Amino acid sequence: MKTENMTLPGPKTGEREKRRSPWWEVWRRLRLNKAAMAGMAVIIVLVVVAIFAPVLAPKDPNQTNMKARLQPPSAEFPLGTDNFGRDMLSRIIYGSRISLYVGFVAVGIGAVFGGIVGAIGGYYGGRLDNFLMRCMDVLLAIPQIILAIAIVGALGTSLLNLMIAVGISQLPRYARVVRASALTVRGQEFVEAARAVGASDARIIIENILPNCMAPIIVQSTLGVAQAILSAAALSFLGLGIQPPTAEWGSMLSSGRQFLRNAPYLTFFPGLAISVVVLALNIFGDGLRDSLDPKLRQ
Amino acid sequence: MLRYFIKRLMFLVPVLLGVSVLIFSIVHLAPGDPAEVMLGPSATQEEISNLREQLGLTKPLYVQYGIFLTNTLKGDLGRSIKSNAPVVEEILDRFPATLTLAVLGMIFAIVVGLPLGILAALRQNTWVDALCSFFALVGFSIPNFWVGLMLMLLLSIYIPILPSSGFDSWRNFIMPTIVLGIQTMAVIARMTRSSMLEVIRQDYVRTARAKGISDRLVLVRHILGNVMIPVVTIAGLYFGNMLGGVVITETIFSIPGLGRLIVDAIRAQDYPVVQGGVLFFALCVGIVNLMVDLLYAALDPRIKAQYRAAR
Repeated sequence: MKTENMTLPGPKTGEREKRRSPWWEVWRRLRLNKAAMAGMAVIIVLVVVAIFAPVLAPKDPNQTNMKARLQPPSAEFPLGTDNFGRDMLSRIIYGSRISLYVGFVAVGIGAVFGGIVGAIGGYYGGRLDNFLMRCMDVLLAIPQIILAIAIVGALGTSLLNLMIAVGISQLPRYARVVRASALTVRGQEFVEAARAVGASDARIIIENILPNCMAPIIVQSTLGVAQAILSAAALSFLGLGIQPPTAEWGSMLSSGRQFLRNAPYLTFFPGLAISVVVLALNIFGDGLRDSLDPKLRQ
Repeated sequence: MLRYFIKRLMFLVPVLLGVSVLIFSIVHLAPGDPAEVMLGPSATQEEISNLREQLGLTKPLYVQYGIFLTNTLKGDLGRSIKSNAPVVEEILDRFPATLTLAVLGMIFAIVVGLPLGILAALRQNTWVDALCSFFALVGFSIPNFWVGLMLMLLLSIYIPILPSSGFDSWRNFIMPTIVLGIQTMAVIARMTRSSMLEVIRQDYVRTARAKGISDRLVLVRHILGNVMIPVVTIAGLYFGNMLGGVVITETIFSIPGLGRLIVDAIRAQDYPVVQGGVLFFALCVGIVNLMVDLLYAALDPRIKAQYRAAR
């Protein structure tokens, strides 16, 4: 939406006049934001850790060792061992895979379906829009985590169901963002032009409406991944998400809870890992929003 | 004002109806037969089918929904499969604890978040601002169940000054309040900061300053009132979120509230309790949003004026 303005010729300043894509402009502004760059660096490191987990993890995350139960952090086990003698560092490294995977897929589900709902509502307007938005109100009327719990409860606990539950509970926010953009775009000349040359509605939505909603969707998704990771971890913590023995941060925290007194590191490190990822994503998302819409920055 | 209230109240009806359809479908999609759950693994096929008949589970789904809706409107949410007590009773039994927690959490969020946001905005681009903003961002990012466990570790185990479970004295409520309120606190702080920054630059603030009114008075008379409007909206929107958050808080601190009722019911496949509980949550969220709208109109004379004009 706002990216449009960026391509307009501004005051002549010599070389800058070269035509650059709006995304390049965004990147230029983003680079100046140190906090956002730090957040991005953390995210990149985490993605690398998740991809190369088998290489990076010092031990097998599921290898139990009854002789080394509940060991405090040491040279051999940098983050200690759990009640089955499994290496916590390796489990946390492997856990990053699940958290990032769940976060991105859940947001993918929410953004795609929410985006479709929002684009259709905003583009067609009228009764259909009204009906779709009331449906979103229904989803919003139930606290997000309660809705996710109910869905997981109905579908059963599995990785896929967890992602579906978290994705559905996030759906309305994407629907609203896309609808708002679609409403502003739909009356503009280029949409009319597309219609005049006989483009179908589906084509107009995909080629004209959606590209103009990308900026808010990207910001919303970045912050959404952070929220999704938190929700998924919360569900696993309640025993309704990823089930043991899979190494997942939320469920590790949950099983470490009973050893809080004697082995606090079992709850400390997984929680720290979740916090770092979510914090990095939020900082990056904030920076991205500022650079996509400089008017918002104060 | 009354018309506005009634109009908003009417909005609530289709939403709650939608929620009832949604939760009914979710619950009835669930694998596992309630009759089987009730009778346990030793039941014969005949006993199960008799009970299914008795519970009305053999009727078509839309008929079952019709019965559920009529009963709900009469204030009857059925009986718990596990305890056989009326669901309404179970919910009302657990509700006071949950409501207390949510209200305390909101008070904490406002009492800490508001000053934090104001301070950050008044000292914009200084280290105070950076610290407040970072604190808010951290509060928004760390999982509240982890905060709960770390607080427990610190204040119940290392320095044992607060009890880690139960809810019979005010000391029981301190940690759960922080855990429940921390995320909303962060949101309110961020919202207050950006709202303040916007209001500070308004012409009427400059005028007030130019008239020679002291900074303090400008803040109280001209700034805060306008800052409150978006903050109240956000606080209201997050109250629903906070009601959801009780699930976590109640689990960590073993508080017998509504959140735990639902989680336990889902584990036990106690579908009338799940259905009733979720519907009740939606009702609470709806009522809170309604109250926020009214408060909003009371805070912002422009909205009231709009209503007068429309009449």
